[in-house]
Amino acid sequence: MSETEAAVAPLRLEKKKPLWLRMWKERWLYLFMLPGLAYFIIYKYVPMWGVLMAFQKYQPHLGIFGSEWVGFRHFERFFSEPEFWTLLRNTLYIALLDTGIFFPLTIVLALMLNEIRSELFKRSLQTLVYVPHFLSWVVVVGISYILLTTEGGIINELLALLGFEKVQFLMSEFWFRPLIILQMIWKDAGWGTIIFLAALAGINPSLYEAARIDGASRWRLLWHITLPGIRSVIVILLILRLGSFIDLGFEQIFLMVNALNRGVGEVFDTYVYYVGMQQGQFSYSAAVGLFKSVVGLILVLGANWLAKKLGEEGIY
Amino acid sequence: MKTSLGSKLFDGFNVTFLTLFSLFSFLPFLYVVINSFSTSASVIPTSFSTEAYRYIFSASTFTQSLKVSIFLTLVGTLFQLIMTSLMAYSLSHKHLPGRNLVILMVLFTMLFSGGMIPTYFVVKATGLLNSLAALIIPSAISAFNLIILKNFFQAIPEELKESARIDGSHELGLLFKIVLPLSLPAMATFALFYAVGIWNQYFNAILYLTDAAKYPVQVILRQVIILTTGSIGDTSEIEAVTYYGNSIKMAVIVIATVPIMIVYPFLQKHFAKGVLLGSVKG
Repeated sequence: MSETEAAVAPLRLEKKKPLWLRMWKERWLYLFMLPGLAYFIIYKYVPMWGVLMAFQKYQPHLGIFGSEWVGFRHFERFFSEPEFWTLLRNTLYIALLDTGIFFPLTIVLALMLNEIRSELFKRSLQTLVYVPHFLSWVVVVGISYILLTTEGGIINELLALLGFEKVQFLMSEFWFRPLIILQMIWKDAGWGTIIFLAALAGINPSLYEAARIDGASRWRLLWHITLPGIRSVIVILLILRLGSFIDLGFEQIFLMVNALNRGVGEVFDTYVYYVGMQQGQFSYSAAVGLFKSVVGLILVLGANWLAKKLGEEGIY
Repeated sequence: MKTSLGSKLFDGFNVTFLTLFSLFSFLPFLYVVINSFSTSASVIPTSFSTEAYRYIFSASTFTQSLKVSIFLTLVGTLFQLIMTSLMAYSLSHKHLPGRNLVILMVLFTMLFSGGMIPTYFVVKATGLLNSLAALIIPSAISAFNLIILKNFFQAIPEELKESARIDGSHELGLLFKIVLPLSLPAMATFALFYAVGIWNQYFNAILYLTDAAKYPVQVILRQVIILTTGSIGDTSEIEAVTYYGNSIKMAVIVIATVPIMIVYPFLQKHFAKGVLLGSVKG
């Protein structure tokens, strides 16, 4: 230990009070934290522990402690059901549309909005495209029904007027996925630009100035300054989206599925609801739900690992 | 600065495309609003009438659900906002022992959850089943909002708080006198998010409520529009729809959306300022 450090050490010791004393001093802050902490424990962590029922023959009157353990039996049953492949395919298909079409579209829209020079015009556009985000899925699906029904919906009336046959958009397996992605775009693509626009606003204007003096075209500015400037935000949002994508849009899909399009519309979450809540197979449906959550977690961690490998920051 | 032809062409295309996109965002809803004031069976409205509105407001099921939703939104937003800001304020103190552990705990809930069925049993065990509280308490704090608000509080200069402490202010007083007033734009934004979340929620209502008298407006909306099975008054729905045309469905949508459309312009300017950016980096 050098001389100076030795001189400083006692001072440090004096500053560092015992833990309980420091905690007692902040007792009010702990009191403020308490309701929120209790909320997270009761409604987030107890269900995580309750997911143990996926390994039991759970009976509500016996509870987690009294029910019989059955190991992986529910998982074995799920993986051998032909339904499993249908659910996996349907979920992946919609997730792919989400990451492959919806997500890039929000970036493109943000870049386009960013190129608008008139501040007033830009703000008016933003105000308009954010609005649908605040409508509920019931309203969005409801409006779709009104526009697309074969009984007086304006789209089918127009088709009839132009001499085409009416299309059963809402009862068709073929139209289910296009409608889902179209609704997603309509409701949230505008809103999805908000974080990108904030990131774009944070790019240092002097970078553009310097590049312009060097004679760079708008295209090159976009490619060499704008995109690198928002790259880390894109990566982070993509990782977060990957994790939630298998339960994204559950309410939307739940509302759009009917007997005639179930073959392409049924996804893990709707299946959990029908099998668990309507047929009362609690343990089996909890196992399906757990499978879905674990896949989601693996996707986030995997994507984050990959992002870090590629030299990005990742989410942690 | 001289602009090249290509650049001008791009601007023209850009403005046209974005204008069309914003019309696409807006027109379907406008169509619904216009047609809700018409009783004609044709696609293009020909006459003006408020009959559809008079009908739905005479229907007790609909007005009852509207009352439930308004009550839930007012009480729920206040409750969720208080819960979130108290916890965010406490977590904004970097020196607080145990803080990092709690933040980690909160972040983990964004990545993993027990799922629908175990959560249902917890809601049941805590006695909330078939009670309106089931639509507020189990979603009391959004982890995402909590983290953003915590970052927002952290950005408030320590000197301001210190001077208030020297003046003898209590932690609670500090929160209400210094921190919250300085965070009004953020609070307004989160109030809007929570209010919209509660007003729009549909699935939790059918999951947790069994008593139809407690149904919020979204559940009734779905019955009227998508299932066309629910009756919202004394006349059966089928009868009403053949009599008034689709205008009833449209009027129901309009009424269920109006509250959001009223608050939206007031709060829009706040979240447009990039309140959300700090969020991305926890």
